[in-house]
Amino acid sequence: MSLALDIFTVVAISVGAFFFLAGTVGLLRFPDALTRLHALTKADNLGLGLVVLGLLPQAAGLPGALKLVSIWLLAQLAGATVAQLIARAVRPGGPQA
Amino acid sequence: MTLALAIDAGLAVLVLAVATWTIAVRKTFAAVVGFVSYGLLLALVWVRLLAVDVALTEAAIGSGVTGVLLLAAAARLRPTEKGAAAEQPGAALCFVTAILSAVVSAGLAALVLLPTNPAPTLAQAAVANLPATGLGNSVTAVLLAYRAWDTLLEKVVLVLALLGVWSLAPDALWGGRPGPRYPAQRDGALVFLAQLLPPVGIVVGIYMLWVGANEPGGAFQGSTILAAMWILVVMAGLGDAPPVGRRWLRLVLVAGPMVFLAVGLSGFAIAEAFLAYPVGYAKPLIILIEVPLTLSIAATLGLLVAGPPERAE
Repeated sequence: MSLALDIFTVVAISVGAFFFLAGTVGLLRFPDALTRLHALTKADNLGLGLVVLGLLPQAAGLPGALKLVSIWLLAQLAGATVAQLIARAVRPGGPQA
Repeated sequence: MTLALAIDAGLAVLVLAVATWTIAVRKTFAAVVGFVSYGLLLALVWVRLLAVDVALTEAAIGSGVTGVLLLAAAARLRPTEKGAAAEQPGAALCFVTAILSAVVSAGLAALVLLPTNPAPTLAQAAVANLPATGLGNSVTAVLLAYRAWDTLLEKVVLVLALLGVWSLAPDALWGGRPGPRYPAQRDGALVFLAQLLPPVGIVVGIYMLWVGANEPGGAFQGSTILAAMWILVVMAGLGDAPPVGRRWLRLVLVAGPMVFLAVGLSGFAIAEAFLAYPVGYAKPLIILIEVPLTLSIAATLGLLVAGPPERAE
């Protein structure tokens, strides 16, 4: 059981790391700010989500697992808000609410 | 073991690269972004050194608050950016700077690379005396019991720094509201965040303060989060910074250092020296100091970011 959980952790974190890599490549290669933001959200949502998912079996009890999940949720919230703000700032016509 | 070494080496290279880039880059805004990433990488380094308390402080203060302060400074400097970029320091100045930097680097390298054997440390003594303080986190014990004097002065310095910022206000606006008034946005993304995040942030800030007794955390880290929540609300236009002349505001700013000083002075009466705690009462007294201290630091940090008074009341 513990071996299966360890394998799950390694696989999930590896896939998460792949999304981080893909997001970074996108950030460096995409032509403009909006597409680069799109690439970043892949790292934020899927990458961090999979890393957290992989770490859950290793967490110290339920409180530890809840902390990990809330880190992911907070990062999602911050990432989504900042992406909105940057996108509004760069779109033609300047920042609008 | 080798994997850990590879991570550490990679981290070291990354820190040096970002540090070099931060100094070399010409644009102020880019340099600030570099500085913030540098601070976050440094926090990872502290985690690798098992100094989680320092890592939290570095991320919150070194990278977060200082980063926001520098961003605000960069925005104010934008009109003068072109003139400053055209200026080149003279050869003599470059030479002297290079010599001084080399001497400091060599001195630090000598300290790290040529340690006395065994290296001087008070770590064992700090851990051995923990039961007397009622705390579980030796860093908090150093900050509020063994070396409380330093912490008290640090908090006074923080208030003095705020006075320095305020003194930049024109005479007519002294006592007015700091910073620009951010327009209230009806349905902006920032407003959404400013409504959703503060309840969570306030709980996390208080948790940080409370858990600091036994785990990494403490008054400084907790108050940084509280200050960040307040800044978020002001930036989203949901609230306004209070006029700096308000008496209640000034009371909040000095409450922490005042309580700290009062407990310290009462040490003469109830224990044997200044800032000494009587046996068995160390932890309650430390909590009595830390709660108002957290409020004061949070207010000071928030007002530091808000800047000097710019508007009449």
